[in-house]
Amino acid sequence: MAIIATQNKPVIVNPLKQSQPLGATLAFLGLKGMIPLLHGSQGCTAFAKVILVRHFREVIPLSTTAMTEVSTILGGEDNVEQAILTLVEKVNPEIIGLCTTGLTETRGDDMDKILRDFRKNHPHLNDLPILLVSSPDFKGALQDGYAAAVESMVTQLPEKGEIKPNQVNILVSSAFTPGDLQEIKDIVSAFGLVPILIPDLSASLDGHLDDSWSPITGGGTTLAQLRKVGSSSFTIAIGESMRGAAEILDKRFAIPYELFSEITGLDAVDNFLQALSDVSGVSVPEKYRRQRRQLQDAMLDTHFFFGRKRVSLALEPDLLWSTVTFLQSMGAEIHAAVTTTRSPLLEKLHLEKVIIGDFEDFENVVEGSDLLIGNSHTATISKKLNIPLYRQGIPIYDRLGIGQYTKIGYRGTMQILFDIGNIFLEQEENSAKHGH
Amino acid sequence: MKVTQSKINELLTEPGCEHNNQKNGEKKNKACKQQAQPGAAQGGCSFDGAMIALVPITDAAHLVHGPIACSGNSWGSRGSLSSGPMLYKKGFTTDLTENDVIFGGEKKLYKAIQHVQKNYNPEAIFVYSTCVTALIGEDIDAVCKAAQKKVGVPVIPVNAPGFIGSKNLGNRLAGETLLEYVIGTGEPEYTTPYDINLIGEYNIAGEMWNVIPVLEKLGIRVLSKITGDARYKEVSYAHRAKLNVMICSKALINMARKMEENYGIPYIEESFYGVDDMNRFLRTVAAKLGDKDLQERTEKLIAEETAKLDEKLAPYRARLKGKKVVLYTGGVKSWSIISAAKDLGMEVVATSTKKSTEEDKAKIKNLLGQDGIMMPKGNPQELIRVIGETKADMLIAGGRNQYTALKARIPFLDINQERHHAYAGYDGMVNMARELDEALYSPVWQQIRQPAPWEQLTVNS
Repeated sequence: MAIIATQNKPVIVNPLKQSQPLGATLAFLGLKGMIPLLHGSQGCTAFAKVILVRHFREVIPLSTTAMTEVSTILGGEDNVEQAILTLVEKVNPEIIGLCTTGLTETRGDDMDKILRDFRKNHPHLNDLPILLVSSPDFKGALQDGYAAAVESMVTQLPEKGEIKPNQVNILVSSAFTPGDLQEIKDIVSAFGLVPILIPDLSASLDGHLDDSWSPITGGGTTLAQLRKVGSSSFTIAIGESMRGAAEILDKRFAIPYELFSEITGLDAVDNFLQALSDVSGVSVPEKYRRQRRQLQDAMLDTHFFFGRKRVSLALEPDLLWSTVTFLQSMGAEIHAAVTTTRSPLLEKLHLEKVIIGDFEDFENVVEGSDLLIGNSHTATISKKLNIPLYRQGIPIYDRLGIGQYTKIGYRGTMQILFDIGNIFLEQEENSAKHGH
Repeated sequence: MKVTQSKINELLTEPGCEHNNQKNGEKKNKACKQQAQPGAAQGGCSFDGAMIALVPITDAAHLVHGPIACSGNSWGSRGSLSSGPMLYKKGFTTDLTENDVIFGGEKKLYKAIQHVQKNYNPEAIFVYSTCVTALIGEDIDAVCKAAQKKVGVPVIPVNAPGFIGSKNLGNRLAGETLLEYVIGTGEPEYTTPYDINLIGEYNIAGEMWNVIPVLEKLGIRVLSKITGDARYKEVSYAHRAKLNVMICSKALINMARKMEENYGIPYIEESFYGVDDMNRFLRTVAAKLGDKDLQERTEKLIAEETAKLDEKLAPYRARLKGKKVVLYTGGVKSWSIISAAKDLGMEVVATSTKKSTEEDKAKIKNLLGQDGIMMPKGNPQELIRVIGETKADMLIAGGRNQYTALKARIPFLDINQERHHAYAGYDGMVNMARELDEALYSPVWQQIRQPAPWEQLTVNS
């Protein structure tokens, strides 16, 4: 129902959008024993690394093919080869995620051929999986690069096997934090199901202290798990951008799937748990029935503060959808919405308009809002216009605990209700004090 | 300015740089020519380097001509502070799409420059080329020239696409850009015999504000800050200074040397870190400006400041004395921080010499003493090994190694670009001492190092 407005201007001012290779890198970091490798100049890697280190406050394994002007002109095959060999020697990864960039896509490196030749020349490395993803910077956004990497995971690794009735695949989009993924795992396991998360950032970027330091990811979906994905009985895709990967699994292994565009908010979580109950044949565990009653109570306590509040959001499509749907379910109104890239969800939003744009566009439309929701870059606008900010998305570098933050399930919904409710409550108290 | 191979070679063989002054021909110029290694390279690109050096010009717009990664993944993240205009914090980019890559993006860039000028009224617009726009052959020089006529403010092309080399080369190209397009185009309202420029100081965490007031007490004026907290105009009249002071950076030496050639401005290389360095900086400036009275006042100020500082540092010195530190940072900092740590009674047991010049290395050797370890190469694994071997109490390094240290349960102090505390000057020394003390004596270390009770039980049983 929403009109999608693209801004017809020659320049982006304060980008909301980030690049596809950053998204692909993030997805790859959810595999165990991984080091992602960006095929581009060293800056592509340095920038991506800094943004992820600052967001997660974690060591981020990430490397570069270090393309130079000369190697770009001659073609990148030597650099790709040398980079992989160096990584094998220095950090000994179990798996490599190879992402293209704007530079090498413009040049037109034939990646399939480069990898075929690599395999031919180095047969002793045949057991080292190299996941390839095309992620040019000049197309799409973080969410698209992340989805493309997940598609490459389910295309290249799963093998056909005897169906395991209890085993389910869980595809999760870039809208979810490591804390969200942990909660998903806990919920699914509570139904007696064995979930394979693709990818599983909750085991790598959740912020935990290991016994020893590792130059590759210390946790995440394992290779063995990825290979077994083909024998799952069901796929649950969370976030619209995971539909492509779910369809690949359906096509290759005839695994049926159900897609949840959001699992925040009472209705959404109800549907999710009902589906899990249907798939597993196990009734909803007492723990979650109790949490549901807690959430209902929390909704009653907080609804006074949400009603008719006007909220403006600057988020990627999947996260925008989930947050807007939740806010509307609490009686809040959406003042303005800006997003990064196209998605079938956008026109379905119950809004007049959604803008594909930047923070300049956002700043131009938020006046009159009671709350802004966006990443740390939104803080400048929040300060300037004196509108409070609730941080969501990437990067968030001015708040702690991003790895553990949870907004899904009944518990996560309560968390976000209280977080935002407290902001509104404080706002009302302040304006009362000032004699309104 | 076109980047030709000869321009790059010229910058990489900069005669002012000690790397190139070594007589043993074999080693000549090695560090600069070293290419990034696929699979091993850790650093930023030339585009990053150019932005680091120019973005601190606060009242200019910085427009990136490239796909979203170059600006979208990096804007707003640099730590240089402004005392006024905030325009430099905005991320402007043409966000090249697939269509632009195929049909060319020059028209889009031309329009983008106009949009920026109309809506943000900058004093100047710096336009940065990137790998993709360099590869498809965009002529940003021509576009900037045409656009400048139209918009009426300087529109300056910065040709430092990422794939031509390291961050350091990007710094140098930024310096060349300032020399070619900015310096010498303006005139100050007045000059004094005590006008100096600070080159290569980017006001990270506001460090410059610990130094400028000290200079002002002596009647020394910083004419142009290149480029921390700078206004475009002040850079344009940098050629009227009496002395160039290069701070902790070999990267802009080409600039200092050429300003000496073109405008007869002598240059010195100094550091603001630690009492000794700060004192030496003031002394050298006073001596170079060549005024007996100034020199006397400088000595008096140094005596005062040092006495005040000693008092403030005394409690920290008592607690920091004898603590062992591993230092992992580049260039001049690899020795200037050693001297700051020594001021506090700490012992630097190992330091990186990866980006250090021969001169730096000689200084390091002198400061470290016999048992000190010099690490010519480095990666996180090596770093942790050295820390273990030397039984060091903490690591002082750049932000990228912060989590390497913390994950290994080692106290850490951030000394590079993204840090939040200013360590330069006399006041900075107190900040540094306080931060070191906090890091070392935090009660968390004991807690996070002790095993869980049940793990202890299994060990004991």
